[in-house]
Amino acid sequence: MIGARQRFTPLQRLLHWLMAVCILAMLFIGVGMVSTAAPKFLTLIAIHRSLGIAILALALIRLVARLRYGAPALPADLPMPMKLAAHLSHYALYALMIGMPLLGWAMLSAAAYPVVVFGGMRLPAILPQSTSLHTLLWNAHFYLAFAFFGLVLMHVAAALFHALVRRDGVFQTMASVSLSTRDKDPG
Amino acid sequence: MTEPRRSVLGSLIVIAVVIGAGAVAFAYTAGWLSPQRLTPTMLVDSLAPSAGPSLGHRRNHAKGICFTGEFDANGAGSELSKAQVFVRGQYPVLGRFNLATPDAGAPDATVRVRGLGIRIATPDGQEWRSAMIDPPVFAVSTPQGFYELQMALKSKDANAMKDFVASHPEFLPFVDWAMHAPWTDSYAEDRFNSLDSFVFVNDTGEEHVVRWSLLPAAQPVSISPDDLAKRGPDYLEQEIAKRVAGAPQRWTLVVTIANPGDPTADPTKAWPADRRTVAVGTLVVQQIEAERDGPCRDINFDPTVLPTGMRTSDDPFPAARSAAYMKSYDLRTSEAGDYPRTATDANP
Repeated sequence: MIGARQRFTPLQRLLHWLMAVCILAMLFIGVGMVSTAAPKFLTLIAIHRSLGIAILALALIRLVARLRYGAPALPADLPMPMKLAAHLSHYALYALMIGMPLLGWAMLSAAAYPVVVFGGMRLPAILPQSTSLHTLLWNAHFYLAFAFFGLVLMHVAAALFHALVRRDGVFQTMASVSLSTRDKDPG
Repeated sequence: MTEPRRSVLGSLIVIAVVIGAGAVAFAYTAGWLSPQRLTPTMLVDSLAPSAGPSLGHRRNHAKGICFTGEFDANGAGSELSKAQVFVRGQYPVLGRFNLATPDAGAPDATVRVRGLGIRIATPDGQEWRSAMIDPPVFAVSTPQGFYELQMALKSKDANAMKDFVASHPEFLPFVDWAMHAPWTDSYAEDRFNSLDSFVFVNDTGEEHVVRWSLLPAAQPVSISPDDLAKRGPDYLEQEIAKRVAGAPQRWTLVVTIANPGDPTADPTKAWPADRRTVAVGTLVVQQIEAERDGPCRDINFDPTVLPTGMRTSDDPFPAARSAAYMKSYDLRTSEAGDYPRTATDANP
């Protein structure tokens, strides 16, 4: 298709890879911190809170970029179930990128913990104190974290499948370092 | 002609290895492959009595009563820390007197260690939370030692405690206190100590390692555990409620400053008695409320919630306590139905 973009915009690619690192770190820090009573617990939890807020901010910017610039079309010959899986998993990833930090923040608010990030910046409570809300949010934050990690693994598997098995250019839409969004010499 | 390429099978193996390695790394980080790692769950579970934990209550220091009042800072603490809580003035306090037992129904005379949890809020939006106890030294040097102590206390092996003491000689000063120190007949007469050390930072950036204590204004009256038992299983709560209703009760907050070389990482080791102390203000307890519907109930007195101007030291306990208190908080708040508030209890 003449004029169709073959890559995400450089801003979208930058945000994707930056957030990929942040989110993987976040998930590992999360499971690591809840399973240790060593002094590093305090360091990990401080990073987890700050990084969570950073991811929330980046995810919101990324959502705006996605709405503004869209995404390159998937290959026409991609089977329908794979197209559907791709679309649904992207909705789920956006929901988790934005939802998990909010769940964490709300969970701390419901427990009346001070929410301190970036070494001293205090965020306001976004919910009143409530044990029932705290339990609900805690469960959501905990179980969705594992779902998030599962989804990330599936995302990586699908990306590698496109790159190594189908070789259909989908991987390059995000992996390319080119500043252009179109191939200079198509075909 | 098809281009020469890795077989599809080879590519699928590469993908499986990448995903598998990711999953294993995650499992390792989560501690699923290292059952020896001391987790907050192990610490919390180690405290449970054989009959099981008191559902809906703190997993340790389960029996307690709420108080509110104020902290009256005299300004002297500003020399040590830039925290607003030390600037001369009055700051609202929420706290909890408690007994160090996992059994919320334990009779007062069966619990040797008493505690005080406190949260002081300042107008800058910061909080200082602390949980103190009345022995002059802690029982063990490390969180691992604390876990081993709980295991030894529960063990059916007759030699378990003997073996524990042999491998934890630091336990003996605490035992000496537990066996010989007099019991008082009121929370108002107890001295409560941070035991753990923290670092205070003043506005010139100067740091001091400190511990702190609340010294009671009330004159201690000794009582034997037998006589305390005769006054009833919940005498301490009834007594403090009556006493505070009669007049506010006061404690002086005293900060002790370590000399270089003092054992800051080990709360079983008291610092020499000649260390400099600074009285920084007065805790005034003005009102007592039952825990069931009280404001302290759903507060976690996490000792690592500190204002700017204070931070944790090389003492390993505050981190372990923070991790374990948080676990306890998550559990008890999910069990709120087992400890209903009076207001939501249809048939009290």
